Amino acid sequence: MLRKIRITLALLCFGLITLLFLDFTGTLHAYFGWLAKIQFLPAVLAVNVGVVLGLILLTLLFGRVYCSVICPLGVMQDGFGWLGKKAKKNRYTYSPAKSWLRYVVLGLFIGALVANIGSLAALLAPYSAYGRIASNLFAPLWQWGNNVLAYFAERFGSYAFYEKEVWLKSLPTFIVAALTFVLLGVLAWRNGRTYCNTICPVGTILSCFARFAWFKPTLDADKCVGCRLCERNCKAACIDVQHHRIDYSRCVGCMDCLDRCNKGAITFKHTAKSVRPAVSAAAEPAQPVDTARRSFLAGVGVLAATSALKAQEKQVDGGLAAIVAKQRPQRQTPIVPPGARSLSHFSQHCTACQLCVSVCPNNVLRPSTDLETLMQPESSYERGYCRPECTKCSEVCPAGAIQKITPAEKSSIQIGHAVWVAQNCVPLTDGVACGNCARHCPAGAITMVSSDPEVPGAPQIPAVNTERCIGCGACENLCPARPFSAIYVEGHERHREI
Amino acid sequence: MEMENKQEQNNMDRRAFLKRMGLGLAASSAVLTACKGGKNGGRATSEGTTVGTGDMTYRYQRRTGDKVSLLGYGCMRWPLRTRPDGEEEIDQEAVNALIDYAIAHGVTYFDTSPAYVRGWSETATGIALSRYPRDKYFIATKLSNFAPSTWSRRASKAMYHNSFKALQVDYIDYYLLHAVGMGGGMEEFRHRYIDNGMLDFLLKERKAGRIRHLGFSYHGDIAVFDYLLSKHDEYQWDFVQIQMNYVDWKHAKEVNTRNTNAEYLYGELQKRGIQAVIMEPLLGGRLSKVHDHIAATLKQRQPEESVASWAFRFAGSAEGVLTVLSGMTYMEHLQDNVKTYSPLVPLTPDDYVFLEQTAQQLLRYRTVPCNECQYCMPCPYGLDIPGIFVHYNKCVNEGNTPSSSGDEDYRRARRAFLVGYDRSVPKLRQADHCIGCGQCKPHCPQGIDIPEELRRIDRFVEDLKQGREF
Repeated sequence: MLRKIRITLALLCFGLITLLFLDFTGTLHAYFGWLAKIQFLPAVLAVNVGVVLGLILLTLLFGRVYCSVICPLGVMQDGFGWLGKKAKKNRYTYSPAKSWLRYVVLGLFIGALVANIGSLAALLAPYSAYGRIASNLFAPLWQWGNNVLAYFAERFGSYAFYEKEVWLKSLPTFIVAALTFVLLGVLAWRNGRTYCNTICPVGTILSCFARFAWFKPTLDADKCVGCRLCERNCKAACIDVQHHRIDYSRCVGCMDCLDRCNKGAITFKHTAKSVRPAVSAAAEPAQPVDTARRSFLAGVGVLAATSALKAQEKQVDGGLAAIVAKQRPQRQTPIVPPGARSLSHFSQHCTACQLCVSVCPNNVLRPSTDLETLMQPESSYERGYCRPECTKCSEVCPAGAIQKITPAEKSSIQIGHAVWVAQNCVPLTDGVACGNCARHCPAGAITMVSSDPEVPGAPQIPAVNTERCIGCGACENLCPARPFSAIYVEGHERHREI
Repeated sequence: MEMENKQEQNNMDRRAFLKRMGLGLAASSAVLTACKGGKNGGRATSEGTTVGTGDMTYRYQRRTGDKVSLLGYGCMRWPLRTRPDGEEEIDQEAVNALIDYAIAHGVTYFDTSPAYVRGWSETATGIALSRYPRDKYFIATKLSNFAPSTWSRRASKAMYHNSFKALQVDYIDYYLLHAVGMGGGMEEFRHRYIDNGMLDFLLKERKAGRIRHLGFSYHGDIAVFDYLLSKHDEYQWDFVQIQMNYVDWKHAKEVNTRNTNAEYLYGELQKRGIQAVIMEPLLGGRLSKVHDHIAATLKQRQPEESVASWAFRFAGSAEGVLTVLSGMTYMEHLQDNVKTYSPLVPLTPDDYVFLEQTAQQLLRYRTVPCNECQYCMPCPYGLDIPGIFVHYNKCVNEGNTPSSSGDEDYRRARRAFLVGYDRSVPKLRQADHCIGCGQCKPHCPQGIDIPEELRRIDRFVEDLKQGREF
């Protein structure tokens, strides 16, 4: 019964969180956005004390049920494990805890957070890893499916579905997501929750509390016949039948063993006497997972920066002029969305879960390819600009990296300022009137002025009042100069209020 | 921009044959075919209604007594076809067929210009008409010396003489100064007709009989119109071509600020006893391609008449009108218009009130008078100009351009407009990419201020996207 409840809740959480990443319209967030906000690491980074205390309390009560129900990466692994179990029954065995590895990884993780190496922290964190998998691997499939529906909807004169542009937002992030998916898949298929009990920093933290859980599965040595059925079905490899012990630091509270035992030797209950957790000194070499990934990523980083920009939409022929795709300008300071407050605040809090990237309707946000902020989102305006009415990213961010703002607040937050590039400006290069940047500036920061006051009728060029500019990128995106705009946005390290 | 095209043939040919019979028309076999339709549904089908050949309403030119059909044929939209080598050319057989039908049904006035259909219109019209005796038709053509390179006396005269050759005629019945008031107003008018002595030349040609009637077509700057009428005693205009329809009658400025109410234009002509030739009776097709709601109102009042017929009856009912021009590409449009004027059923005072109400309703749905001629394309900055206008007009007519953010239907209409916009026009070719370089503007035969209209649509899109109150 407990197992069935666990599975039902887990599927519900997993499905809804996945939908949060798939739903590019952002409607589900209004109802289920809290599911992202109760994830452990985002709650810690958002200093969401209530949620953190609640999760600790939950663990103190029932053990690591968080890992079996709330964590989408854990549930995903259970999915792989289930498939593995179908292929071969009773496949798991007990293995001693690799505490050494766990604490080293946890130390690394905390060190990375403190030292503000967001990319490393994001690489290890479970929710972020799942977010990347969902937004990089599942979302495109969802969107293509949507586009098929949109294709038919168009032919039936329906506006229920509209086409969503599918593009590779960052190759490194995609590769990380794919590797994580494959690696975890294989591990979970073969050995169940290996990742959760060796790498996952959240798992390690929770395990400290889970040892003292009020309710936990207990093995009655008197009833046990030593058939090892429970041990062979424990995905956490934490039941040591030989010694009639269960390692509660690794038990994820899946309740599988309760139903497995024919003799009723395992029950989920409160025990007065504390069972000593088995701690093994067997030190196995640390898995070279993360270092290998990092060095690989460094290698493909350069390649990715160029190929990501090549993604173009369908060209139309006939009486239409060809349009050259915009290229990303070299920005000295990256742009992060309004609500992020500053680059350092942002990188300290962002878990790189990609939720904001998934919901950005204007194709502005994409994962950074910079090694230090790898996979954390940043803004760029080749495909769209940060539209004045949109505050989607700030609504969905579970970690407080992008704080909730209203459109009114957004209109007064300066995330960057526009810079004019004379050599690209069409009034000077093509000799035509333009002013498209001034016309579309939502802040009214651009005035068209004569390029030469001495000469009447000289071409008009934009003059940017940087004090009023909010850095939304409307000018950059709508500038007719291609591939490089004649006006582009430089980010601000600290966002300002105007 | 001289003439009209009846874009849509929505509900075009729904005349009851009984009405035809009642009017004493010849009951052709086609009508008998319609009889079956009548039994089944009480209505004649479009295939079932043809018009007899002697019912056209005529007006008489006051000076010469020319018997001019109320429907005039605008020759600016002759059908084109693609040659095997990929180039386009006039579909002469189709032109001949259209002119055959028109002449058979009493049309006598054919209006062309050296500028029409990429300069091919006069020749094609000449080929088709020269198959008939010269007294079966009246030719109207124009001195279309818009380009500064044709302002010289020599170039203008060459254009004039070439019309005779192209049309295969030795006299021209109606000759017009083409579109005075366009572009640079009085100054441009002087360049085109006064400084080079062309007006004096044309007056002499009229005296010599090579031009039987002299007039002008007017667009734009009212100063030129007033000036030319003030000189009526000197020039003795035989006719003047103006834009007139039930919207422009009182609301021209609301459609296009450079325009003047047809009520004024027509009134000035009436004062001086000058007959009017009407262009734009359909307001660039906007009076046939109307909003669903308006189409329903018009059909409700006259279930068996086309939407366009109202506009033609309005233009034709004015007694001072010599002829009403329509640029008809399709036989169905020609047939519908012929029927409307065979004979004309003049508007009643109630009808006038009704049409004025319709005009006011129409003005709430601001469509762009774009006919998708593609002359503005390609836009050097990649915009799909006609695509944007077509989408906008479609949304206007289908009720998907909310007039206020407080509309009951606002959310649905907003979605239909925005989703449809992305479907019809790729994002990079939408109105927000118009930089206003203005290269398209002089090419638009409808005189649409394309950059301005694109900006208006862009502002509307921004209103919808930002959810601004309006």
